Amino acid sequence: MTDSTHAQNPAPSLKYYQKGTFTVGNRLVADAERAVQSSPERSNALTSGHRACQGCGEALGARYAIDAAMRATGNDMIAVNATGCLEVFTTPYPETSWQLPWLHSLFGNAAAVATGVAAAMRVKGKKTRVIAQGGDGGTTDIGFQCLSGMFERNDDVLYICYDNEGYMNTGVQRSSATPPAARTATTPALGPEPGNVFGTGKFVPKIAVAHNIPYVATATVADLHDLERKVIKAMGIHGARYIQINVPCPLGWGAPSSDTIKLARLAVECGLYPIFEAEHGRITAARKIRRRIPVRDYLILQKRYAHLFRNGEDDPRVARLQAICDAHIADYGLLGDDEA
Amino acid sequence: MLKQIEGSHAMAEAIALCRPEVICAYPITPQTHIVEGVGELVKSGALQNCEFINVESEFAALSVAIGASAAGARVYTATASQGLLFMAEAVYNAAGLGLPIVMTLGNRAIGAPINIWNDHSDAMSMRDAGWIQLFAENNQEAVDLHIIAFRLAEELSMPAMVCVDGFILTHAFERVDIPDQAQVDSFLPPYDPVQVLDPENPASIGAMVGPEAFTEVRFLAHYKQRQALRLIPEFCEDFAKTFGRAAGGLLRPYRTDDAETIVVAMGSVVGTIKDVIDEMRDAGEKIGAVALVSYRPFPVEALRDILKHAKHVVVVEKCISVGVGGPLADNTDGALRNLRDRPKLHSAIAGLGGRPITRESLKKLFHDAVHAPWIGPFFLDLNERVVGREIHRGRKVRRAGSTAENILKQLALASHLPPG
Repeated sequence: MTDSTHAQNPAPSLKYYQKGTFTVGNRLVADAERAVQSSPERSNALTSGHRACQGCGEALGARYAIDAAMRATGNDMIAVNATGCLEVFTTPYPETSWQLPWLHSLFGNAAAVATGVAAAMRVKGKKTRVIAQGGDGGTTDIGFQCLSGMFERNDDVLYICYDNEGYMNTGVQRSSATPPAARTATTPALGPEPGNVFGTGKFVPKIAVAHNIPYVATATVADLHDLERKVIKAMGIHGARYIQINVPCPLGWGAPSSDTIKLARLAVECGLYPIFEAEHGRITAARKIRRRIPVRDYLILQKRYAHLFRNGEDDPRVARLQAICDAHIADYGLLGDDEA
Repeated sequence: MLKQIEGSHAMAEAIALCRPEVICAYPITPQTHIVEGVGELVKSGALQNCEFINVESEFAALSVAIGASAAGARVYTATASQGLLFMAEAVYNAAGLGLPIVMTLGNRAIGAPINIWNDHSDAMSMRDAGWIQLFAENNQEAVDLHIIAFRLAEELSMPAMVCVDGFILTHAFERVDIPDQAQVDSFLPPYDPVQVLDPENPASIGAMVGPEAFTEVRFLAHYKQRQALRLIPEFCEDFAKTFGRAAGGLLRPYRTDDAETIVVAMGSVVGTIKDVIDEMRDAGEKIGAVALVSYRPFPVEALRDILKHAKHVVVVEKCISVGVGGPLADNTDGALRNLRDRPKLHSAIAGLGGRPITRESLKKLFHDAVHAPWIGPFFLDLNERVVGREIHRGRKVRRAGSTAENILKQLALASHLPPG
């Protein structure tokens, strides 16, 4: 315990890195600050027994996000799911892992289907809240038009994108969220520009901000307290909301299952994945980098970037990725003391 | 109440009387006046307890409808042509999920070449999607079929499409009897779905189904459509009792009792066909017609019972399944398949992209079917000179360019107008 204000403050503000990671025992914080997951009362909306891969970042992110939303809404909630890993591994009927009303329609229409559910709730005078969720392919590519329409109409839906940076369900193909240089099945590590090309792709959280919707946030499974806080905050707001969670995929990224949290943390600490919040078109907060690392330290742990380190020396593209990180750090103000 | 009213507005009023709770639509000609009409009724407060949602595409329109219907609301949308194709994935999905959405289809051709006028290519493109498809002959029937469609869809947990000829019906002013609210309420009970998205009783809807059960799921979808064959006449009888007029049904025979030639058709062209039949009857010819109201489910037995005594069956349809022929002719052929003494079937493709179907042409067609029969699909009023020249051109010049533009150029030359 290093916080000097502890004596005056019964619910001290803690830095969650006593163990060198972002995990922290809930016993160290006041009841109100404890994770939803720490409570035996949690809804377990995405319950055990599903068929996600070991170390699946999406399963972890979804469980935290949906349980937090369930707490925020008193379990009065409906989820709409786009086609993708999350849909497939949770509902191999007659089994289902969902402990809340859940609807899957198509790959590209989760946002619009959620609009319909929300409209039905409104017309029936119910207070039931609606979440739509999907992977990055279902969100930033095929579902993008429906997503933008839902934002633009300011429909009362929280859309959560679990961003694992590719089409993992179909066998690791490139999406518009795949980072430059990353090897996928459709951006193989071949030719003069191996992996995904630079100067392509899109960062949907910024596009969501441009819709001037009430709330936009990015989050990471490396900081689950922050993720829960953002989901709970989002459920306290009406209108269109968007949260994009960085969820490492051991299979698609080529990393050990045990490295999921570590990779999520390093993606933030190198500046490649900026964690921020925005309200009504303005960025209101950015999560500061605690211990900055070069992007190389993040890349080298993943087989999808192995071609960058093949010949004993770093490929020049590592420097280009570093430049992207540096730009994020400058643009979002990611350096400095979080608690200052 | 009797009104002299545009078809689209009459339909809008009928839809409002069905008390839809969520309406979502994306504008496309010739459907626009219908959704503008219901939009006005919502905005003015005439239609209470209804959410009208302006969406960004037809795909979203039907997706919103899917969400709202799965959450227990009575839902309505409308589209046409390209719009139906753009929502195609959701069309199948709504049927697979068993959601009783009612959709008006303002029948219009499909491009390219882009064409906003009437034919049935759009409806035919979704004939296998698992929706009930009902075709209206006139605007009174268009009004009545919407009310029947909601009852049918909700009874069967199956979406229903009311197909209405674009412009010919949607934009025509006709005398229409608009029912009153009490009548509709007594015919159409409130929507009470078997399963909804409900936090009190959570269910997962839309799960993956593998080879172990997919055949059974499809069989039951087919079985349910066959049930509709029984329910449609039942509901239409009930409709007649409540509203004092007949409407819908699976099909409607016209002067078929002793007919040696029977014409099969769907939609507004049936009106013209009846006029021709009256004329030919007056001249002593034994001819009749069948207006097919329900295309899906296809009333195989009912159609066969009417056609089995005829010598000639002429199918007139506004669609060509390119490379085969007319889908309605194919289905009619299927209905006659097991007859020992089956009538000769003559297939005619007519009215594509809004080309008028005239009485003169129909009269000649029905005459030729008996006296100068053709083989394969016959294209009514085809400009043979133009297609002949284009085929010839295509033989001479490889990669002769776009057919549509070439034909328009030829037509311009033919009428001594400067091209372009």
